[in-house]
Amino acid sequence: MDERLVPRGLVRAPLSRFLLWLVPWAALLGVGLYAAYLCLAVGLNQTNMDNRFAFGLWIYLDLTVIALGAGAFFTGFLLYVMKKRELAAVINSAVVIGFICYSGAVAILAIDVGQPLRFWFTFWHPNVHSMLTEVTFCLTCYLTILAIEYLPLVLKNRQLKKRPSMLLFEFELHKVMAVFALVGTVLSFFHQGSLGGLYGVLQGRPFAFRESLAAWPSTFFLFILSAAAVGPSFVLATTWVVSKVSGRPLVKPEVFDLLARVSGSLLVVYVLAKTVDTLVWINHTSFQLGVHPARFYDFAPFGTWALFAEIVLLGLVPALLLVLPRTRRDPRILVPAAFLACAGVATNRFVMTVQTLALPTLAFDPFLSYTPSWQEVASFLAVLAYGVILYSLSFRYLNLFPQERELAAASEV
Amino acid sequence: MNAPKTPGGARYGMVIDLDKCNGCGACAVACAVENNVPPAAERANERNGITWLRVHRVEAPGEARAAFVPMMCQQCGEKTPCASVCPQNAVEVDPASGIVAQIPVRCLGCRYCMAACPYHARSFNWWDPDWPGRLTETLNPEVSTRTRGVVEKCTFCSHRLQSAQDAQAAAGGDAKPPAYTPACAEACPAGAIVFGDLDDPESEVARLAHAPGSFRLLERLKTGAKVYYRTERDWVRRLADGGTAAGDGRTHG
Repeated sequence: MDERLVPRGLVRAPLSRFLLWLVPWAALLGVGLYAAYLCLAVGLNQTNMDNRFAFGLWIYLDLTVIALGAGAFFTGFLLYVMKKRELAAVINSAVVIGFICYSGAVAILAIDVGQPLRFWFTFWHPNVHSMLTEVTFCLTCYLTILAIEYLPLVLKNRQLKKRPSMLLFEFELHKVMAVFALVGTVLSFFHQGSLGGLYGVLQGRPFAFRESLAAWPSTFFLFILSAAAVGPSFVLATTWVVSKVSGRPLVKPEVFDLLARVSGSLLVVYVLAKTVDTLVWINHTSFQLGVHPARFYDFAPFGTWALFAEIVLLGLVPALLLVLPRTRRDPRILVPAAFLACAGVATNRFVMTVQTLALPTLAFDPFLSYTPSWQEVASFLAVLAYGVILYSLSFRYLNLFPQERELAAASEV
Repeated sequence: MNAPKTPGGARYGMVIDLDKCNGCGACAVACAVENNVPPAAERANERNGITWLRVHRVEAPGEARAAFVPMMCQQCGEKTPCASVCPQNAVEVDPASGIVAQIPVRCLGCRYCMAACPYHARSFNWWDPDWPGRLTETLNPEVSTRTRGVVEKCTFCSHRLQSAQDAQAAAGGDAKPPAYTPACAEACPAGAIVFGDLDDPESEVARLAHAPGSFRLLERLKTGAKVYYRTERDWVRRLADGGTAAGDGRTHG
């Protein structure tokens, strides 16, 4: 029925099966949109956040998806700037994933702020000293760039390509794509860093505060590095999942190998930098703020195991598995290692957002916990559902993996 | 870093004597009434209600007498944690008075300032403010009400400073910073709160702030708070800086 829209040479499931796949996600999206409506119409009292837990599930997951979405900018950087041509096989998918991650994060932010209609105030009278201003500017610009990068994929659709104007527009866009990739990379570096800086500058939160290197706290650089390291792993993991779900080989093993090598190498650098940063924080920064670092881990459930899990189990272990050729080339190790790396960055963002706020600063303040409300969970699941639906539509009607046709033909032979 | 102090300006602050405070809460009530803090919503609790000033009860093992610590915005000085993080300048430090102002009409409700405040002195409007029935008649016309989705906090009753400045100007008075009293200090039956210009060496508040036994909460974070506390009880002082009453040398973070 919709064969005319499916790219030539690609085999896709029958439309009825595709629609059946979309139904549960659409239902989830519907529930999430209702929850988001409640938060916007009735107010943020629909959440379980409070004056102590001013940030909750949404900010934590926003930071995580933005880090995972870094695969888009970093793959673009490797392909267009570092000339790693093999990555042309996944760049389209990386752009779609990046667009989903960033647009989803912005949508959640629009619900999370108390006065979303005042979003333009930040552009009108910005506080240039605030990390959040930097985040807002870079995020807005980069989402625009991702939309521009997504556009040529859509314009390449079989039916749209029949219009000469669309074809010409796509051709012209393609010529300047390297420029967008470069600008996107710069913007991404800044907002990933600014997201880290958001917490690193909090002098009133000794658990998160870090000393400055140049104008930025060390978390600025650590967030950039961790996002760049984990982005390729997320591209690898999602490509593997799509390949399994669709039952089709999508990229050659060399592409996975390159993604894993890049991710692993950067992860090794990140783990080293994070270790040095932690040692400086334990031995210097926290004492300077008058806090014994062991105190941070006095509160259950945030014992020192959290630090160990973040740096060793979900940092060093996947880094080594991805960087060593023998383990990297074993698919039974490669994919779990990529997932572990993604879990590592999620843990880091959790520690920076939730643990920071959970710890008391005043001696007579209790340690408080927080459980998100169903509205918070459902709103975020809506982003997941939106992502799956948009990605599924893109996979079905756009040529996300240029090697798919070749691999399909080879497997038929 | 905040703008330098205006020449001839003031640096308003207060000293709270914890040995005089009996925890009656009159300051908190007076503050709420003066500043149009709405009645708590039906589902509100101590964690999501609006409290510009709350009184902590602090106890220690072996100590017969509890201490009560009135907590409001500590009006941080040199490096105000909330002002530097607000993305749209909704928090400003007045260089003429040192008062950290919150501008609700600019606030996006991102709550970054709340995450930055080590004293948890800021409240978010999780609900639409509502004064049922004729309670609207109790509203103070000199203080604007806030809307849902914005952050608010103690302003040292800056509207009273404006009134004092207006009265001074009308009387043709000198350019000296006027004296005024916030609602909490006025309401305290024990006279535990002393308010004034910390930079005026002749003022009672300046004398008490620098007297032995005076301290600021979380002094180690160097926020330059303009709210001082006083007590002769060592364990209260240790707790105030984030330590334990027993003074084991390890402090909270």
